[in-house]
Amino acid sequence: MTPLLTVNDLSIGFGANPPAVRGVSFAVNPGETLALVGESGSGKTVTCRTILRILPRSARFLSGQIALNLPDRQIDLTALGERAMRRVRGNLVSMIFQEPMRSLSPLHRIGNQVSEALCLHRSDGQRTPRRVAQVRVLETFARVGFPDPDRAYQAYPFELSGGMRQRAMIAMAMVTRPALLIADEPTTALDVTTQAQVLGLMKDLQRETGMAMIIVTHDLGVVANMAERVVVMHKGRVMESGPARDVLGTPGHAYTRQLFNAAPAIPAQTQAALPPANTDPILELKSVSKTYAVRGRNGWAPRTIVQACRGIDLSVQRGKTLAIVGESGSGKTTAARIALGAEVPDEGGEVLFHGPGGAAPLPVHLLDGPARVAFRRQAQMVFQDPYSSLSPRMRIIDALCEPLDIHGIGTPAERRDKAAEMLAQVGLGRDMMYRYPHAFSGGQRQRLSVARALMLDPSLLVCDEPTSALDVSVQDQILTLLEDIRDRMTLSYLFISHDLAVVARIADEVAVMRQGLVVEQATPDTLFHAPRHPYTRALIAAQPTPDISRPIDLSVVAQGAGSPQAWPEEFRFDAAGAPALTQVGDGHLVRAHV
Amino acid sequence: MTTRGEHYIDDAPFDPQASATAPERRDLDAPNWLLIWRKFRRHRLALISGAFLLMCYLALPIAGFLAPYGPNHRHSEHLYAPPQGISLFHDGKFIGPHVYPTTSVANLETFQWEFTPDMSNPQKLRFFCKGDSYHLAGLIPANRHLFCAPEDAPVFLWGADRLGRDIYSRILYGAQLSLTVGLIGITVSFVLGIFFGALAGYFGGGIDWTINRVIEILRSLPELPLWLALSAAVPSNWGPVAVFFIISVILGILDWPGLARSVRSKFLALREEEFVRAAEMMGARPARVIRRHLLPNFMSHLIASATLSIPAMILGETALSYLGLGLRAPAVSWGVMLNDAQNLVNVELYWWTAIPMLPIIVVVLAFNFLGDGLRDSLDPYQD
Repeated sequence: MTPLLTVNDLSIGFGANPPAVRGVSFAVNPGETLALVGESGSGKTVTCRTILRILPRSARFLSGQIALNLPDRQIDLTALGERAMRRVRGNLVSMIFQEPMRSLSPLHRIGNQVSEALCLHRSDGQRTPRRVAQVRVLETFARVGFPDPDRAYQAYPFELSGGMRQRAMIAMAMVTRPALLIADEPTTALDVTTQAQVLGLMKDLQRETGMAMIIVTHDLGVVANMAERVVVMHKGRVMESGPARDVLGTPGHAYTRQLFNAAPAIPAQTQAALPPANTDPILELKSVSKTYAVRGRNGWAPRTIVQACRGIDLSVQRGKTLAIVGESGSGKTTAARIALGAEVPDEGGEVLFHGPGGAAPLPVHLLDGPARVAFRRQAQMVFQDPYSSLSPRMRIIDALCEPLDIHGIGTPAERRDKAAEMLAQVGLGRDMMYRYPHAFSGGQRQRLSVARALMLDPSLLVCDEPTSALDVSVQDQILTLLEDIRDRMTLSYLFISHDLAVVARIADEVAVMRQGLVVEQATPDTLFHAPRHPYTRALIAAQPTPDISRPIDLSVVAQGAGSPQAWPEEFRFDAAGAPALTQVGDGHLVRAHV
Repeated sequence: MTTRGEHYIDDAPFDPQASATAPERRDLDAPNWLLIWRKFRRHRLALISGAFLLMCYLALPIAGFLAPYGPNHRHSEHLYAPPQGISLFHDGKFIGPHVYPTTSVANLETFQWEFTPDMSNPQKLRFFCKGDSYHLAGLIPANRHLFCAPEDAPVFLWGADRLGRDIYSRILYGAQLSLTVGLIGITVSFVLGIFFGALAGYFGGGIDWTINRVIEILRSLPELPLWLALSAAVPSNWGPVAVFFIISVILGILDWPGLARSVRSKFLALREEEFVRAAEMMGARPARVIRRHLLPNFMSHLIASATLSIPAMILGETALSYLGLGLRAPAVSWGVMLNDAQNLVNVELYWWTAIPMLPIIVVVLAFNFLGDGLRDSLDPYQD
């Protein structure tokens, strides 16, 4: 079989820097899926953008051939003129980008944007008439899973959710029936259940149309679910490539093995386990609710009420980790911010902090002056984005010493020693102190923000998705670090995440949230062993695992990820009311009518 | 290379434990100002403009030394004298820089002064000579000049105006007011802009709403009539310095809304940055957050936007003075000088009276190039 696309000895450089891509070769067969796997800076995106020649201006093409072999002719994509290239883009080869919000124009209706792709490209020298284009677009919309294609045609991008926008992008890429679809991290910005559904959709479409796909991803789980062939890239070079079965089954390269070991996975075999006894809580959230008033659709409409959290009861045990898991908009971050006193809960809610040594519990939201300052010293936060959590104007030592400075602790020399000690705690060298944060990688910066959070010797750390902006291998290191220091310094964590697999290793107890409500709560082992709630099941099922023999079960995902009104009778809830959290086993709570 | 069938494995040496603490971007390991400077250095036009402006401002205190005459030194025999060239060679022989004396005759048919140089009598320029007295930097009395006219002939590099004053000298003196009016104005506008912008951006809510509405009202006022009204309100018996000061303050007061808006939007953007949230979580008070975290991070943006609004101030002063409502004689500024060029006949017959436009154009362009270059270099973390 002649491959549809062959890339041979491709090298791309930027300015005077060493090449970002060096000697990359691969081939894609018709109807097959090739996965380009790698971490940030591996050159995977540059490689796939080179195919369509949409590289930034500063990129230099150093060497290589890219050929597209169609049944009737062969096209050399590196030598093609710009005008001919435009006929290839979107028509023979189309592309899906990572950010669905940024890849659709906010000012045009979805339908017009998608039919533009059709109208631009003449098939058989004939421009597609608008009416025909509209029919084709509506068909495609129905195919990619819009419940009401006519409405989607008239909608603007901001009216759609992230998953729906990505479906619109897929429709746009598919409507011209391309021979090759390039998807650059198509699901990275999506929730895990949405990701599963979008991946399933792409797989189905491929089966129907027989197109070839290149999926660029950092997630071996996605690879295992989608690809027939894999190319593993690292620092611009191919480390390993071959059929997915071989590469994933018997990884030959040390780097691939490293990626495998680092990939978080939901354990395959588990048993129910007991949660930590509720004897020595450090933080208690008692019936915490939070409602926001949002401006109405127009200036005259009344304000609408959004419930971010609805009656949350949670407690973090001293020295243990409580994880809150949920998709974006589930209210997990609001809960964390309330726990730290950054937001005030609605009337009737209460957050109690138990200081060390059996002191009387402090009501976090009623503190004032010195008591509030004292609480701040006890509870610290680690943020999601290591690139924005350190001020670019401050040297590392200034950033680390800032909390001590705010609270007026110690002399400059003592502060410096403390900073050096904390750097050592997080595995960084003392020589970093006088450098600036932007010289360091995401993982190193995240270590720095952990070090900063530790400067005040807190007893509680709230980690808000501390690893979701990091590469898998770095994520693994940071999780290990967090586990280490928890045990070494007897910290308690409130851990916020959207990723059950990440939580699986670090949490002692997990609360799954959906639409402001805790729907299920248990130890991770119990959750994976005997999930009761359809949403928890969907989350577990949607988690892609780097194992070809465990594909995603889309029916489970579809059932649990739908709206709460579509759940089975005993779990169903809406804005007006919900079933109570009910004990179904030892420390296993489910929101259901039992 | 190892291959098992289609399975390719790279066998270059690979270290899984590649150093975890080494900086990833060694080139970015420097304070912010250094990174900005490195990037700014690559903008040639901005660099030249910056150097030029620096020179201009350094020359302000010694304007009296550089000018051959005082600003109000009159040559009643040389009204409307045209610009003179300085020659080095006389009769094919090098004799050093010299001018030829001119005599003026009134043409009674055209009512125009006509100047005829006496080409047989070269007069050498004198250097580091004594002349009109002036104050260095406005403080130290002095009377040395870089060069002066020969004893028997005046020198008008860029001509003389209707009272026979040397335009070149007046431009140098005028720069003292015209260039500083922008600085004083921008200081006033900066203080007001940062204060109100920060208030609106940090606290939001009702304060934000009120400040925004005030800004909108201020911006909706027609600018020129407002300037006119405000400067007309300045009592005419005030001295030139007081008038100058009040004019720059007026320019500043009318300019702050633009700056306040950009401060506010920058604040709103920075507030969402996690390092600001982190500081709040550590217990930092608003004043500390603003001072230590917000201000340093957008000061450079402010400096760039200030650089871009200085030209507007300079032009504003010029416009007011040109209309006779800004600075008034005996103060000298470029706008006051252009006031003389209001008469079309003057410009037609004595085009050099419009020469003060030249430094205005050059300075305004230089500020714009500099501001542009600064703005481009402000985000040094990406290429």
